[in-house]
Formats: sequence, C-alpha cells, structure tokens
Amino acid sequence: MNVKQCIALAVLTAAGGGAMAEEAIVGLITKTDTNPFFVKMKEGAQQRAKLKGAKLLTAAGRADGDNAGQVTAIENMVAAGAKAIMITPSDSKAIVPAIKKARAAGVLVIALDSPTEPQDATDALFATDNYKAGLLIGQYAKAAFAGKPVKIAMLDLFPGHPVGIARHNGFLAGFGAPGISAKTVGPAKTADVVCMADSFGDQGKGQTAMENCLQKNPDINLVYTINEPAAAGAYKALKALGKEKNVMIVSVDGGCAGVRDVKAGVIAATSQQYPLNMAGLGVEAGVEYAKNGKKASGYVDTGVTLISDKQQAGVESRDTAFGLNSCWGK
Amino acid sequence: MPPLSKLGPVIALLAACVFFASQSDRFLSSQNFSLILQQVMVVGIIAIGQTLIILTAGIDLSCGMAMALGSVIMTKFAVDLGMNPYLAIGCGIAVTVLIGFINGALVTSVKLPAFIVTLGTMNIAFAVTQLYSQAQTVTGLPEAMGYFGNTFQLGQATFTYGTVLMLGMYVLTWLYLRETAPGRHLYAVGNNPEAARLTGIATNKVLLGVYMIAGMCYGIAALMSVARMGVGDPQGGQTDNLDSITAVVLGGTSLFGGRGSIMGTLVGVLIVGVFRNGLTLMGVSSVYQILVTGILVILAVATDQLTHKKG
Repeated sequence: MNVKQCIALAVLTAAGGGAMAEEAIVGLITKTDTNPFFVKMKEGAQQRAKLKGAKLLTAAGRADGDNAGQVTAIENMVAAGAKAIMITPSDSKAIVPAIKKARAAGVLVIALDSPTEPQDATDALFATDNYKAGLLIGQYAKAAFAGKPVKIAMLDLFPGHPVGIARHNGFLAGFGAPGISAKTVGPAKTADVVCMADSFGDQGKGQTAMENCLQKNPDINLVYTINEPAAAGAYKALKALGKEKNVMIVSVDGGCAGVRDVKAGVIAATSQQYPLNMAGLGVEAGVEYAKNGKKASGYVDTGVTLISDKQQAGVESRDTAFGLNSCWGK
Repeated sequence: MPPLSKLGPVIALLAACVFFASQSDRFLSSQNFSLILQQVMVVGIIAIGQTLIILTAGIDLSCGMAMALGSVIMTKFAVDLGMNPYLAIGCGIAVTVLIGFINGALVTSVKLPAFIVTLGTMNIAFAVTQLYSQAQTVTGLPEAMGYFGNTFQLGQATFTYGTVLMLGMYVLTWLYLRETAPGRHLYAVGNNPEAARLTGIATNKVLLGVYMIAGMCYGIAALMSVARMGVGDPQGGQTDNLDSITAVVLGGTSLFGGRGSIMGTLVGVLIVGVFRNGLTLMGVSSVYQILVTGILVILAVATDQLTHKKG
C-alpha cells in the first residue's frame, strides 16, 4: 500500500509539474547583461511579466557582437519551452538562421530596439524610429546654428550597423542636407561633415575619436554622437583643449547620465528612447500569443522625444525634468 | 585513487547536473544534452588545440581570431569567388594552419614567449578578418558548408554530425597523447624542455607540430561555426581564446605544462555549457554563469598548484 501511495504521490507531483509548465514562458535576449539600456529593458519585461502572470527567461551575449552567445540563448529558451522570444540582435544578419529555426518550432520572435536583416525574419519589430531620433537632433542643431557656418564631426557606432546608419542619416537630413532619406544606403556624407569616426558607443573610444577629429580639423563646432557615453567622451576631448564652450554636442539615447549631461550643458539636446516600453509591449505580445495564439506583426514605434533645456523655435522638445522622469540607469 | 585534480572536474560537472535537474524538469533529457553538445562544439574543438599547446607550457591567444578568419575565408571564397565549397573549406583551414605555423615558428626559432607571439597574431588575424570581410557577415552559403549542422535522431535526442566529429576528435587526441611517441614527447617537452632535448627529442619539431595541429583544429572549428550559424561571422571568436583556456584549466590541465588530459578539457567545456544551459532553463541571468565559472577556474588552478607542490 505504501509503495502504491508513493507512486500515486509521484504521479500527482509530476502532473502538478506539468500544470505549472502551462504558465506562459517568454524569453528576453539582450546584447549584453551590463549596459544600463538593457538592464532597464529587462526591468520593464520583468514588471510586465509579473503583472501578466508569465515566467520570464533572460539571457545575453558576452559582449556586443557576440552572435554565437545569442544563438545559444535562443536554443536554450526554445528548450525551456518559451512560447515567445524577444531579442535585440547583436548581428542583424548572422542571427537570422537561428531565428528561423525557433519560428519553425512555433515560437513567436520579436526584435526589440533594432531590426534583423531582412526585417521580416522576425514576426515583429518593437523599436525606436532611429532615423527620426537622428532627425530631431539634426533639426535642433539646424535651428540653433541658424545658418551660421558649421563644421561637423560625426561619432558613429561601428561600420555597417543599421541603427548607427539610421541615426547618422536622420541627423544629416534634419540638418537640411538634401537627398537623404530613411532609405539611403550606408552613412551619407555632406560638405559640412569634416570628420567621421567610430566610437563603438563607448566613452573611452568616443574621446579618442574626438581627439583625432580635432587633430584633423580644429574648427569643428558641431558634434553628432551615436549615444551619450560617446558624447561624454567627446566633451572630455573638447574640454582638454578648452573648446567646450564653442562647440555644440547632440546625441541620442536618453539614459539618466545622459539627461543629466543635458541639464549640465555638456550635451545641447538628446533624443530619448524608451526601452521599458519596448520590453513591456514585447512581453504583452508574447503572453497574448502564448494564451490565444494571436501573433504580433510588423513594426511598432516605441516612441522618441527630444530632450533639451534650451528650446529652439520651431522644434518641439521637453525639458530635462521630463527626461529624468523617464530615463534609465543611474 | 586518482588525484583530486583529475576527479574534481567530473565531480563539479555531475554536481551541476544534479542541481539543474532538481531545478528544472526540462534539464534532464537526452534532447537537452544533445543541445548542450551542439552549443559547446566550436569552443570544444578550439580547446583541443589549446590543450596541446598548454601541455607544452605554451598558450594561444590567437585561436578565436584564427577561427573567425578561417570562417570568413571559407565562406567568402565559396560565395564571392564561386569556388567549389570543399576547396574553399580547405583554403580556410589552410589559413588557420598557416597562423599556427607562424606562431610555432616564432616560438621555436626566434624564442619569443607564446603569450606575446599569439597576442600579436590575434590582432593581425582580427584586422585581416575585418578588412577582408569589410566587417560584413557572409550569407547565402552553399549547402555543403552546412553539412556538420545537419542532424540525425538517436532515440529522443537530435545530434548534429558536428558533435560526432568533435567527440571523435577528442578520442583521436586521447589516443595520440597516450599511445604514440610524439604524444608522449609532447608531455616531456612541457615538463622540462631542456631534459627532453638532452634525451634526443627534437623539441622544436614537436612544438612547431603542436602549433600547426592546433591551427588545424581552429580551421575545423571555423567550419563547425559556419555549419552551426549558417553564416560566416567576422565578429565571432572574440572570447573563444579565454573560453578555451577556461575549459582547459577547468579540466585540470596545468598551465605550467606537462600535466593534464584531453578528456579533462572535454569535461571543462561541458561544465561551462551545462551552466549556461541550466541557468537559462531556470530563468537566471547569465551573469551568474560568469560568476560560477570564475570561482571554478580559481578552484581548479588552486588545486593544481597544491597538488603540484606535493608531487
């Protein structure tokens, strides 16, 4: 009898385990575990998953560009029974075969923050309109310079990255360069651009890039930066030469440190994006698919706002108090 | 009883498996184990070359970048030049063997430290990879390049041909180190190169051979990476040098050379793979994997150091 009871108990427990597995499992794969942008994204996903009663799995690559790590993460999440996976692709092309396999296994895949190539390799894309983010700071700079002569340095991300190219071209289009659109292939260059360098979105490398640009052309008076760490690096390089007062820096991202830099006058304006929103919407779509089989599709704009304490006529912006309210990081 | 340095890795691996099995009902399945094998395939094959080099008291920092260069060469030759895929694969492996030859030649004839030589070739291989590929992923590969990513069923589990190749390579290396004269010489050179030379072993020949065999492993790993990912990846391999050293150390091979085993490395590779898989199944952040790996590495080196002193 005792043995039978044990077996019955074991069967019941196993059945209970099975029922537990019925809760919707969704996965989030970021580029790294350490970038505050992704930390915020994870936070947003966790909040929404809790609210929806879903289980959230998370994983990340070891470094930006670690495609193999992301492939492994996708496989592990499919093995873990995830019904939907959100991913910020480190390599927009190389990740595609792994995503294809996951989708073939019936998993909904949503790209967050940046698209895959081709974009329809995922079911949906929830992201900032990076071209628009660039456009806003371009328009801001144009209004601020009001036709004065300009020499521009552009501190980009790294070669070939679609987000870097979209922001870069958006900025130039916003500044009024003709013939540039969201469909322009590769980073455009105009006569006003005297230096283009890769910052890898990193403060140290941004500083080096700016130092070299100033060597090339000491008259630079407008600096476009891919993100605020790069902007902080550029500012350090300018300050070392005593040029920080006469040069305007604009940026994209909207992290808390970045918004504080806007408040302090280090950065004139930045385009703020909303990682919390991206992940929250992603979890919602994932749970919806797990429960009702309804698939999210297409591109969803998760919003972008220009943040600056010095308003320019004709350019809509919010102040740093607003920016600090919706920023991420420390 | 075997010494702790030999049993430790197996105990750690088993303990990790028991722990994860208790945490996730999806961990303990043949399907999941075959998945882990697929995931460790590339670093696993790189770690074979790394083990041989560390057994000679050397080290190779260039392995990951050599692998990336090999993968870009074989895929671009096949896609852009329209070369026969098998020939293109051969060219890719030839390039990684060449890098191994350069490493070995500089270590043996110019007597440079392996750490510095391979630091140099690591950077060179990275730069050449980026320049040649223009930092662009290579897609649209011929089918032949994906062969080792193809799968076959064995009961519940789905294995790739690549994992079979990896396990086969471990067995071959085990036999080579155990049963052949060059294999025994390798240990002798690692233990005491001067003594080895005086007993009539051509130490330079052994070293050069080891670096070239390692280079060949990186080329095969490149093919595995291409088969697994379905693309030629110029950004790949960036942490594979440290990952492979981690696996070798976790497997109980001494960084001072001359002591260690190839099967230990396989266990080391699996420990890392099991933690990554298990923690993901549990829903725990991958930072913990790095934390645990760090602790295990220090434990492994400490064990080695203590047993070394006693011995």
